[in-house]
Amino acid sequence: MLVIINGIETTVADTATIANLIKQLELTGRIAVELNKQIVPRSEFESRLIKDGDVIEIVHAIGGGQSTYNW
Amino acid sequence: MNTAVKTLKRGDDDLIIDNVPYRSRLLVGTGKYRSFEETQRAIEASGAEIVTLAVRRSNIGQNKNEPNLLDYISPEKYTILPNTAGCYDAESAVRTCRLARELLDNHTLVKLEVLGDQKTLFPDIPATLAAAEILIKEGFRVMVYTNDDPIMAKRFEQMGCVAVMPLAAPIGSGLGIRNPYNIRTIVENAGVPILVDAGVGTASDAAIAMELGCDGVLMNTAIAEAKNPILMASAMKKGIEAGREAYLAGRMPRRAYASASSPIDGTFFS
Repeated sequence: MLVIINGIETTVADTATIANLIKQLELTGRIAVELNKQIVPRSEFESRLIKDGDVIEIVHAIGGGQSTYNW
Repeated sequence: MNTAVKTLKRGDDDLIIDNVPYRSRLLVGTGKYRSFEETQRAIEASGAEIVTLAVRRSNIGQNKNEPNLLDYISPEKYTILPNTAGCYDAESAVRTCRLARELLDNHTLVKLEVLGDQKTLFPDIPATLAAAEILIKEGFRVMVYTNDDPIMAKRFEQMGCVAVMPLAAPIGSGLGIRNPYNIRTIVENAGVPILVDAGVGTASDAAIAMELGCDGVLMNTAIAEAKNPILMASAMKKGIEAGREAYLAGRMPRRAYASASSPIDGTFFS
């Protein structure tokens, strides 16, 4: 099935959970996940199933003070 | 001869934000540095205890083993202040704070900024009010970036923001305090900490903010874009401390004409 992760269309397995997805993307370190604009607590990564068409945001902390910066 | 001078010791003059005491009145950002090592060293030199950072999309499929800022700026050592930099509407600011809370294990202290346009980066006040209202309802402790407008500063305080952070000049401009009279009025009316957020260019700007009675200053570019960020971080620390002590000491009145320091009586000439 197709989902949108951080704005990019991505193919994932039909019975994927958030945890599966993080593993597939080889993401390590501290992240937070939003599924269709709702936070998915870390404790639910293993159980939360992804559906076709879901919009997922995965974020982490970066350097920043005030406002947008052009890197 | 009694030469006892009251010097400020640890704990004598803490900055209290949301019931938590901090010794340092300098808050720093983590953007625009050349490396995480430089970020870490500058923050160390600044003495800051509250460090702000941004939340962004993780890279999908590239730079998988990128170092993580939080490996350099430890949440165990610093109070992390996630910010909503780059948000131009209330909804994105609220979503950013929720993600930050999850990212930092239920951390609720946030720096809210909702920007109006990319050229000035001035705050969008109606959108900031809307976001602050939602965030406060959801249990966030909001430190809010706003204009140097005394009426708005009071409004944010009354709605429950834990600190109000007026700009001194546009973000990243380094122009210093453009409207000291407004900042002073905001400070005089305030019941929560007032921190100058944005616009400081060099150590004397930070000192002026503190001399006006501000409770602290948040800065990023002034340190990160200095030719020697580590040295500037140290200068800012001293500027903040000097300004604070000068404020507490109470400055002499300004006079239009000279006033001799030595007595006139007893001179041997006439």
